[in-house]
Amino acid sequence: MIRSLPIILCAGLCSGAFAQESPNLGVPADPEEVAAWDIDIGPDGAGLPAGAGTALEGEAVYAIQCLTCHGPEGNGQLNDVLVGGHGSLTNPAPVKTIGSFWPYATTIFDYIRRSMPYLTPRTLSDDEIYALTAYLLYLNGIIAEDEAMDAEALPAVVMPNRDNFILAYP
Amino acid sequence: MQGAFMANRKSASGRKPRNLEQVAGNGLLHRRLFLTRGAAALGAGSLGLLTAARAQELPPWMRIPGAPMTGHGRRARYEEHIQRLTTSAPGTDGSGGSRTPLEALEGMITPSGLHFERHHSGVPDIDPDAHRLLIHGLVDQALFFDMDALSRYPMVSRIQFIECSGNSRLTGLAPEPVSGTCGELHGLVSCSEWTGVPLSILLDEAGLDPSAHWILAEGADAAAMTRSVPLAKAMDDALLAIYQNGERLRPENGYPVRLFLPGYEGNMSVKWLRRIKVTAAPMMTREETSKYTDLLPDGRSLMFTFPMDVKSVITSPSPGLELAGPGLYQISGMAWSGLGRVARVEVSADGGTSWAEAALTEPVLDKAVTRFRMAWRWNGAPAVIMSRAVDETGAVQPARDAIIAAKGVNFAYHYNGIQAWRVGADGQVVNIHV
Repeated sequence: MIRSLPIILCAGLCSGAFAQESPNLGVPADPEEVAAWDIDIGPDGAGLPAGAGTALEGEAVYAIQCLTCHGPEGNGQLNDVLVGGHGSLTNPAPVKTIGSFWPYATTIFDYIRRSMPYLTPRTLSDDEIYALTAYLLYLNGIIAEDEAMDAEALPAVVMPNRDNFILAYP
Repeated sequence: MQGAFMANRKSASGRKPRNLEQVAGNGLLHRRLFLTRGAAALGAGSLGLLTAARAQELPPWMRIPGAPMTGHGRRARYEEHIQRLTTSAPGTDGSGGSRTPLEALEGMITPSGLHFERHHSGVPDIDPDAHRLLIHGLVDQALFFDMDALSRYPMVSRIQFIECSGNSRLTGLAPEPVSGTCGELHGLVSCSEWTGVPLSILLDEAGLDPSAHWILAEGADAAAMTRSVPLAKAMDDALLAIYQNGERLRPENGYPVRLFLPGYEGNMSVKWLRRIKVTAAPMMTREETSKYTDLLPDGRSLMFTFPMDVKSVITSPSPGLELAGPGLYQISGMAWSGLGRVARVEVSADGGTSWAEAALTEPVLDKAVTRFRMAWRWNGAPAVIMSRAVDETGAVQPARDAIIAAKGVNFAYHYNGIQAWRVGADGQVVNIHV
């Protein structure tokens, strides 16, 4: 009953490409279930969980979980290079890394948490992810080795390439 | 120049060619050839190959009954070698892509089994009975939909392409032309009939908050890949696609349900769709920041370059498809635009000195691959053939030089330059830059 109002309004107001009736088969989702599914971190830090970690702690996690694919200190052997490339974006062969290219530090946490490690995603604790994020920021010279990353500190990190994106939309 | 190549040149079969009207340099012939008597005129050359003696022999497959009916058909065994070309990141076998062998295909539809792939953590094996889609965020009521529910919603079908925005950069942005087949160089584009539920219906059912301007789409693969999509696109023509070319989606194309965003870069049409979060602003995911942004010469990058621009490529002749000798050939290719319909395609056989309009094969559909064809009498001399598409918005496929002059060579995405093939005197076709 509660949901019927917006549907009626939309039937008169929406002028999208499709004017179709809905059989209304969606099942209301429990807020706790939604919270369990919602792992997104916004660029403002929205969604960041409790916990914290430093680069020192992250180095140990990296050695176990990341080194095989990303090489010592994120040098990209075998896969994506994570560190360096600063000032290279105008070169004939730019090196796009977290440090040289990524505009938001929050994206590091979001991406590690949803996708990494490649063979065992969603197995790291939030503390470990904060620590790994801190380690990668430290290797890129963006934060100090003993600087803890948490829900407040991470979105406050200003990435070097932050202001070099031009929005083509809207 | 007009008619210079018409003068009594003998074809490979030794017969005089018909008096076909040349419309551009180096043997391009009027497209009327395809609209009226094209098939007969082009096919005439092969009729002499059958000798009287061979024509009287019964082939073995006419002497015994054929194979029985089957529950699910497969390709002729002589075609099984037509395969996607796969590449994956080091140490993985499911993080990368596969390319459609464009040079082996005709028409506008890509067979589902040859549709290009791009995965970030392999193809998940999803049980449709256990799969649910969650819509939440800035909505009046967060809702779950299972596949049974989605299947009861009104559906639409549309024939439209998907192209990875990294397509063609392998050769287009390389300093020297890269050796490869048409599919190896340009095969991150495919076209299918997609059937599914307009996303707008489900968003309306959940009830949009006035502050909503974007959605975040998440896949149910092991990478849980996410992209932010403008709400305007989601409400306009976004589909939750469930069927591809009449059958349920192939696993590698998003089974059991994927987002389909007509004309937008392929990465945004999130496969294995499990969650849509309605948001006020883009979430700045890894895919839309560190990838799929276009690095310019001054070090800045374009972000949110969504539509795929107008583009075309000649699929035949193309590298690997050699010409048997001088004579009449059909130039065949595909054109598409993420901005609308293809308005026309021009073909050159003299390296861009002169151009003629190709015949477009119906149907010509919005944001679909359009097949174009051109009759060509090859005189046996080295030639450079190329195609240039124009869409209904007036956008013209640019030359490679023009793109590089404007955007450099590091932008990596949305390269849509004109492709040139050089046909050698030996009939071999190679990729070149012009």
